[in-house]
Amino acid sequence: MNELLNLLKQNALESPENLAKMLGTSAEDVKQQITEFEKSGVIRAYQAVVNEEKLDSSLVTTVIEVKVTPESEGGFDRIADRISRFPEVDSVFLMSGGFDLLLFIKGRTMHESFSFVSDKLSIMPGVTSTATHFMMKTYKQNGIVMHTGDDDERLKVSP
Amino acid sequence: MNDSKSLHSKIAKTVRDIPRSGIRDFFEIVSSREGVISLGIGEPDFVTPWHIREAASLALDRGMTSYTSNMGLLSLRRGISQYVAKKTNIQYRPEDEVLVTVGVSEGLDLAIRALVEPGDEVLYHEPSYVSYNPLIQFAYGVPVAIQTKKENGFRLTRQDLEENISDKTKVLLLNYPNNPTGAILSKEDVEDIAAFAIEHDLIVLTDEIYDELTYDQEHFSIISVPGMRERTIYLHGFSKAWAMTGWRMGFTCAPPELTEAMMKIHQYTMLCAPILSQEASLEALKQADTDIAYMKAEYKKRRNYIHASFEEMGIPSIRPEGAFYAFADISKFGMTAKEFALKLLDEENVACVPGTAFGKCGEGFIRCSYATSFDDIKEAMVRIARFIETL
Ligand SMILES: Cc1ncc(COP(=O)(O)O)c(C=O)c1O
Repeated sequence: MNELLNLLKQNALESPENLAKMLGTSAEDVKQQITEFEKSGVIRAYQAVVNEEKLDSSLVTTVIEVKVTPESEGGFDRIADRISRFPEVDSVFLMSGGFDLLLFIKGRTMHESFSFVSDKLSIMPGVTSTATHFMMKTYKQNGIVMHTGDDDERLKVSP
Repeated sequence: MNDSKSLHSKIAKTVRDIPRSGIRDFFEIVSSREGVISLGIGEPDFVTPWHIREAASLALDRGMTSYTSNMGLLSLRRGISQYVAKKTNIQYRPEDEVLVTVGVSEGLDLAIRALVEPGDEVLYHEPSYVSYNPLIQFAYGVPVAIQTKKENGFRLTRQDLEENISDKTKVLLLNYPNNPTGAILSKEDVEDIAAFAIEHDLIVLTDEIYDELTYDQEHFSIISVPGMRERTIYLHGFSKAWAMTGWRMGFTCAPPELTEAMMKIHQYTMLCAPILSQEASLEALKQADTDIAYMKAEYKKRRNYIHASFEEMGIPSIRPEGAFYAFADISKFGMTAKEFALKLLDEENVACVPGTAFGKCGEGFIRCSYATSFDDIKEAMVRIARFIETL
């Protein structure tokens, strides 16, 4: 992948000046590249990776496997798009294998997520079955390990 | 007999006469402080890639706890031979030309002891890795340090060699990519040095432990020059490129006569390298390219950053081309390297190693390692910039 994108994926808040130093280019050039990525939709958004466990009221994540009947025109796209528009739906992926769509739902309570499945998802035309899993704990997300404070065990000075 | 003075007199003179390493002194000062950002560390900040650690656990589960052949596991020697052939196009027979050692450290000791007789001169270039001079002395050889210069990018030149050769010179010890300067040699430089070695019938020891870590051009090994394989001991290991310092794994490649000579010493002093580390190294060779590419890409960004930051501060360092060190020229501040390093530590809690730890000609320089997290490097650069404002 593009080096600049790699760096931004690690830390989107890094200053253009520092990025430029790392890449051996100018800050102007970095800014311009970022603008182009944003315009062309390569960069869709910048978000913080949050360790929900550290929060008092953390969200419940539900993972749902969905089987659907593809439509003769547009295949899975139309139904995937309809599902994506629900605000409680965090991510939607088309999968190969035993089911078709994989959804990640965020809700305040298990009940809230459950009502999404029963009241909205399962009655949607084209949805033939669902399997619901609750996520228990996050160890690593978007390449970031959740626990912090690994000490550097190396000697402070070595040849 | 109990007082330390008389004990001191019992210690072999060669050992007694060698001063304590400058690094150790500095280490003690740094260790006594809290919250230090250290750019003084000569080992990767990555941990060994996971698949390698898994392979070692598996080997342990399978009960691999025995000695191995003195030379090292044949499967590992085969892997090493293929790896070296891929890098350099030079073939070494796994059966009698590859020796697995406990780090390049042991390989260096073996090579020097196998070759040097009392009074033989060994040419090496400074600033240099701290072990070379003492190892030569432990073998009763005479270390002849060639002072490389910043003007030449710390490259070893034919002229440097001409000025330092004598009829006692037997061995030439090379280290490029270089610790502590980050210098590398071009193919032409290497060919010049090779021609010199052949002309003067020298044996060459080439410590290429950093060969994977070059950022703008590929490393070119002296063993690839026609006529050099026959007179060279090639030293390499897993510590740096694979982030495996604690496993203590290295190897030598050399013609059978030289390998056998080193093997004699190795057999009686070390017996063999630890089997778990050998198993881990075997795994390391399997995915070498991907593992190394990842770490190298990280080092390169930090190298760019640290070099650009020093330029911005008006501290000229040669652009480090290899290893993971920047050798910054702080001579204009009118302090010795040691004074500078101590004052920087005292005022800003940043540790760098004074260049003089690597030889006389390191005066006026500090070694800054970028095998450190990017956040630490950024903060260290801010602190150094603030520090030099006050000078
Ligand atoms: C130039 C050089 N040679 C050899 C070594 C020793 O490495 P090993 O861990 O393989 O003993 C080092 C370690 O810092 C080094 O920098």
